[in-house]
Amino acid sequence: MNLIINGKPEQLPDGITAAQLIEQLGLADQRLAMEVNREIVPRSAFPGYTFKPGDQIEIVRAIGGGAD
Amino acid sequence: MSSVMKTATHRTADPLLIDGVEYQSRLLVGTGKYRYMEETRLAIETSSAEIITVAIRRTNIGQKAGEPNLLEVLPPERYTYLPNTAGCYSAEDAVRTCRLARELLDGHNLVKLEVLGDEKTLFPDITQTLSAAETLIADGFRVMVYTNDDPIIARRLEEMGCVAVMPLAAPIGSGLGIRNPYNILTIVENAQVPILVDAGVGCASDAAIAMELGCDGVLMNTAIAGARDPVLMASAMRKAIEAGRESFLAGRIPRKRFASASSPVDGTFF
Repeated sequence: MNLIINGKPEQLPDGITAAQLIEQLGLADQRLAMEVNREIVPRSAFPGYTFKPGDQIEIVRAIGGGAD
Repeated sequence: MSSVMKTATHRTADPLLIDGVEYQSRLLVGTGKYRYMEETRLAIETSSAEIITVAIRRTNIGQKAGEPNLLEVLPPERYTYLPNTAGCYSAEDAVRTCRLARELLDGHNLVKLEVLGDEKTLFPDITQTLSAAETLIADGFRVMVYTNDDPIIARRLEEMGCVAVMPLAAPIGSGLGIRNPYNILTIVENAQVPILVDAGVGCASDAAIAMELGCDGVLMNTAIAGARDPVLMASAMRKAIEAGRESFLAGRIPRKRFASASSPVDGTFF
């Protein structure tokens, strides 16, 4: 199944859950937030959330920035 | 004697109140543009800031997580994180950013809204800012809003329910200082919510001037991070904010065109 993750196409197994994706990307211990097709997926919903082919996934974190 | 005690009282009991929360420091700092994470940590610690802005960006995928994480270096238990919509040029992107930030920070809903108009000036796009503020406030966010130094817009943003209004002193990152002190003063005089200068401060005296105008605080990033010695500048800024605040509270003497002697004229023997 083809998914767009942070703007890049990636091939992932059908039926993969959000929790499994995060694990596979090595981000399991990181504080992050996910959006699928511009809708937030709460972290608490990750274990049961499955993707559809072509889903646009954004995974974000907090970094240095802001204010001048 | 009583004035000394009063001064002491000011020092200990003059908190900055934002959305019902008291902060001891009136200096708010950004966490961008530092050369390395340890410098970020040291400068921010030295500044005594309690509120720090962060940006929300894509996670690096497939790269080694060698770089220490900002949240580990500046723990959210110790600092109040202020997610910032820096880099957003539309209300829609700003709202998305805030919603992601709220999810990222476990429901924390204090945000800094900034919607930019163009890359050359980084001036705020006011129509987009108003639109985003409306959506965010309706969605339960507590919005600290970056705006230009227009007193009418500042008042409008306050009326909409923004918890703090943050006019620019000069363009973001320009270091030009307080370019329009009379507008800042008018904004301060009109306001019931905290007014913080956000953007344009270049050096410690700029920060002191903002505070002497009666601003409740100053938010800065580049002036510290871009200084030759960021940690030393963070220290200077902390003192300038405190000095400017005390100077404002103490009440400056009126400006006069001609001299007024400090020593008595009576009792001269010459």
